[in-house]
Amino acid sequence: MLDRVLTQPRAKCRKVTLPDRLAALLVWTVATLVAGMLLWIVLDLLRHGLPHLSIGFLLDAPRDAGRAGGIAPVLVATAMILIVSLAVAVPLGLATALLLSEYIRRGSRFAGFVRHALEVLAGVPSIVFGLFGNALFVRYFGMGYSVAAGGLTLACMVLPLFVRASEEALRSVPDDFRRAADALGLTRAAAIRSVLLPAALPGILVALVLSTGRALAEAAALLFTSGYVLRVPESLGDSGRTLAVHIYELAMNVPGGESQAYATGVVLLGALLLINLLTALLGRRYGAQVQGVRR
Amino acid sequence: MSPQRSEQLLLIPLRLAAMSAAVICFLIVALLVLESLPALNNIGWRLLSDANWRPTPAAADGAFRVTPMVVATLVITAGAVLLAAPLGLASALFCRFYASPSVAVVYRRLVELLAGIPGVIYGFWGLVVLVPLLGAWRPPGASLLAASLVLALMILPTVALISESAMRAVPQRYVRAAAALGLSRWGTIRSVILPSARRGILTAVILATGRAIGETLAVVMVVGNIVRFPSGLMEPVRALTGNIALEMGYASGDHRSALFFSGLVLTGLVMVLVLFANRLGHRGAISDA
Repeated sequence: MLDRVLTQPRAKCRKVTLPDRLAALLVWTVATLVAGMLLWIVLDLLRHGLPHLSIGFLLDAPRDAGRAGGIAPVLVATAMILIVSLAVAVPLGLATALLLSEYIRRGSRFAGFVRHALEVLAGVPSIVFGLFGNALFVRYFGMGYSVAAGGLTLACMVLPLFVRASEEALRSVPDDFRRAADALGLTRAAAIRSVLLPAALPGILVALVLSTGRALAEAAALLFTSGYVLRVPESLGDSGRTLAVHIYELAMNVPGGESQAYATGVVLLGALLLINLLTALLGRRYGAQVQGVRR
Repeated sequence: MSPQRSEQLLLIPLRLAAMSAAVICFLIVALLVLESLPALNNIGWRLLSDANWRPTPAAADGAFRVTPMVVATLVITAGAVLLAAPLGLASALFCRFYASPSVAVVYRRLVELLAGIPGVIYGFWGLVVLVPLLGAWRPPGASLLAASLVLALMILPTVALISESAMRAVPQRYVRAAAALGLSRWGTIRSVILPSARRGILTAVILATGRAIGETLAVVMVVGNIVRFPSGLMEPVRALTGNIALEMGYASGDHRSALFFSGLVLTGLVMVLVLFANRLGHRGAISDA
């Protein structure tokens, strides 16, 4: 905020030159433009999507390759794939975060190695995750196009995000907690279980919610791992289509699927907004809690 | 069992779990290389020298030139970055120096929201809104320009959020010194803020470039997907990522292998960018995007 005060042009001693005015005009124009584009995308989606949205849309089976009917199987498949991916990514990620924050020094070689691997993983394009999942899970592991293959692929994809967010949560637990646990003679494992994890829980939930958001938004990695069969998957071995894949299929491969794609888009965006809101709320509670401890 | 021993026992699974990221990285590269080998053996230099892209399961029957798609990807990305870099930078400046505190908070939320919109929705919006608009001006509409525009919108938040955090890291005393010298707002930005935040801003642009190269569905949906060298902004082309998405479903044999090879090329391109951005430093900022 100080920057803003110090750079206010109204301060008497400064000349406001032409470049100053031009820069201000330009920056305000860009800001308006960016906000306008966001509104354009969201409002367009709502205007065309909301009229098709109803409880029936969420609960009905699709008809005519998705041109009519609802998205019930898509919702089920999405939930299944999410659950598989989180069930794998959360334990792995939490263990990694615990090791990084509680057991090894920041500068140690192993820590550097793990961090580097996570950074590389975070940079891999999602379509490449799709290729990887197709080769490893679908082919070599013989899972075929399935909820399991898609979920595992997504787990690999969200792992870096989950590790980083939950490591941050663990690190923001005040050191007083660790000292108090030591003073009580708790072993490290006991301290983690009964002191650190409970204290970091809201932050870890934020990590969970963020990862869910990333997984929900993904489609490219799923096209060739979980596939695009438009039925309710009966087991983890069945193919299923997520919301994002459904939008892609309707828009690209189903002539006349546009209005259903709009409605599905509203559902997906609504879910993501909800997640966004949840993160913000959790974050606030979490911040208040840590501050309360410090006081 | 002594406490030390239980400590050690717990460390083993934790270390194993922490290795998983490295193992996945290794598997990705190993599988990409392994699956690319048939293409490299059977097609080889024909990936560059064939007359066009007409893939078949057996290398001898088809044509496998990937260069038009590589060039298209690079041109689309360049266009997107050229648009998004100045716009994102201006957005960051707006948040930091021009908007009132309450407007800045709302605006930052908007940009974060823009960052959270899935690629599929950008692509869909491009398909049903942008492409018809461009098509009314210069048919067919699905074009290199449409892809660059949609991508620019997608990577703009990356540029804006990371460069803003780079600007936040500029020491307050620089700003105070500039104020004491009587520099105007723009003067301060141009001669103090931008120079001291330039590494962070460069990092932002490089990471955004990486995202643009790797983005698939938003591009597939608006770019027209005709395999040829880009010859104009309004021409439909096909990107390397899009080619994988469009053909993996039915590809087999050497064709499938050629697609894995394009994945390998993509990963290589993005890795170079990510590693370069990490070397530039400003690690804290990377985690914001």
